[in-house]
Amino acid sequence: MAQTFVEKLMSKKAGKEVYSGAIVSIEPDYVMSHDNAAAISNTFKKIGVGKVKYPERVVIILDHEVPAPKESSATNHKEIRQFVQEQGIEHFYDINKGICHQVFVEEGFAMPGKLIVGSDSHTTTYGALGAMSAGIGRSEVAAIWATGELWFQVPETLKIIINGEMPRYISPKDIVLTIIGQIRADGADYKSVEFTGETVLFMDIAERMVLTNMAAEMGAKNGYVPPDHVTFDYIRGRAKAEFDPLYSDEDATFFQVLEFDISKISPAVAKPHTVDNYCPIEEVAGTKIDQALIGTCTNGRISDLEAAAKILQGKKVKARTLVIPASWEIYREALKKGYIETFIDAGTLVLNPGCGPCLGAHLGVMAPGEVTFSTANRNFKGRMGCREADIYLGSPLSVAASAITGEITHPGRFL
Amino acid sequence: MIGKFTGKAWKYGDNINTDVIFPGKYTYQKMEPEEMAKHALEDLDPEFTSKVKQGDILVAGKNFGMGSSREQAATAVKYAGIRVVIARSFARIYFRNAINAGMPAIKSPEAVDAIENGEEVTVDMAKGEIITNKGTFTFPPYPETVMKILENNGLINFIKSIIQT
Ligand code: SF4
Repeated sequence: MAQTFVEKLMSKKAGKEVYSGAIVSIEPDYVMSHDNAAAISNTFKKIGVGKVKYPERVVIILDHEVPAPKESSATNHKEIRQFVQEQGIEHFYDINKGICHQVFVEEGFAMPGKLIVGSDSHTTTYGALGAMSAGIGRSEVAAIWATGELWFQVPETLKIIINGEMPRYISPKDIVLTIIGQIRADGADYKSVEFTGETVLFMDIAERMVLTNMAAEMGAKNGYVPPDHVTFDYIRGRAKAEFDPLYSDEDATFFQVLEFDISKISPAVAKPHTVDNYCPIEEVAGTKIDQALIGTCTNGRISDLEAAAKILQGKKVKARTLVIPASWEIYREALKKGYIETFIDAGTLVLNPGCGPCLGAHLGVMAPGEVTFSTANRNFKGRMGCREADIYLGSPLSVAASAITGEITHPGRFL
Repeated sequence: MIGKFTGKAWKYGDNINTDVIFPGKYTYQKMEPEEMAKHALEDLDPEFTSKVKQGDILVAGKNFGMGSSREQAATAVKYAGIRVVIARSFARIYFRNAINAGMPAIKSPEAVDAIENGEEVTVDMAKGEIITNKGTFTFPPYPETVMKILENNGLINFIKSIIQT
């Protein structure tokens, strides 16, 4: 019978034909965790097996609080380093690499046809390269460290077809915020979301990663872009292993197929305090902002920095502005291309790669009554460390334009 | 075998996110489950932890547990005394986390509509029934793998049990 991508992948792993709704116990190819590896290692120790079953499948990347802002985070990091040593985990990346999701992709772990899980909800990102990747809980990671496998329910598939040419002030972030505004935060609950259509075909890997990263904000189990020459070009020389691309059959059973024409959309904004609280930017234009944030695992890649630099070139920012490249590889490239200098000249603060203020732990925490306009993926109450603060989400172009004026501004004004 | 539970219903609305179930500011603090329980639903219903009884039942609207993958949001609720959660629908990771914590999560929009805050509700896991004042509602019983995790009071104990045999 015809199968979707995820049905094929799980069938292959389970060694029998399975369809959506079935529960299978299967072995992921990689299991990613970050600063929460310390807590996971404690749970792991309680299981009592002693040794991680497949240390070569474990990837740990420190990024959430780097460098450590306080004693407890430093202790966390120390425990992780010890655990990594004891267990002989070779795929360990210390505080000098960048955000876990970016580093995981750059290092070539995200490959077509692989099953990848991680103790972070935005593990969905790796589907941009044709992998099946999903966020799981900490105990689940501990269980995989111990046994190598985990139970999964084979998800149904929601196919999202995106057509139309992106206007010059539109980026994938606007597209995905617009879609989430329509289907809402639970619109893809427990689903595998497959992004196709001519707009997606013409996107590079960085752009596709915005879609799959934000799939988590539709409630999806995973996001997936069918791998093509763009994918293969990107992973050539990076791939950590052999891989086998998998695709949905044309006549597979999809839960739903939705089509979007994006040629006439406005830059999109998610208003406080939910990601599906969508509006076109015109509706909130003029809202005063105190802080602008350009970075995170959603929009801290080189094309995002290029977009921001294009707008900030020769200008000065009014709002205090934080720029955080998603990894040191990106930082280096931005340096070479002159973007970092542009940012410094514009009066922004360029920070070290990592999650920064995205989760409210450090490096740009907000005060009561303040407003941040951010390129991140979440704007929940309290997310940036203060319950009485407002977070708006938008694209790097929109955030950069607004940083200059000190209020939410349509990026078309500077393009 | 996990059988029948009866408890008082605590009913809440739609889209309750993990930040109000277990505040983000505690997620990177080391805490035992009993300590986490003291913060359960802290930003949603400050009275919850002082009034909830062992064996009570949580009833919620759609997309319960949306947001973060933090497991504490399931652990805290369970250790506060909640035996089972019934909701119109669950956010994916919360559903998994609840089961892995040994706390059944049952999707039943009909039962959620019927149940009034504070009433006694009975859940029969093996039969797949929710018995309320307004009638009995059925749900598909869990597959075997999931039942085993629940019977062992969570994923970690389940893993321990298979490793020891
Ligand atoms: S950048 Fe933000 S959303 Fe991304 S992994 Fe870090 S904390 Fe999570």
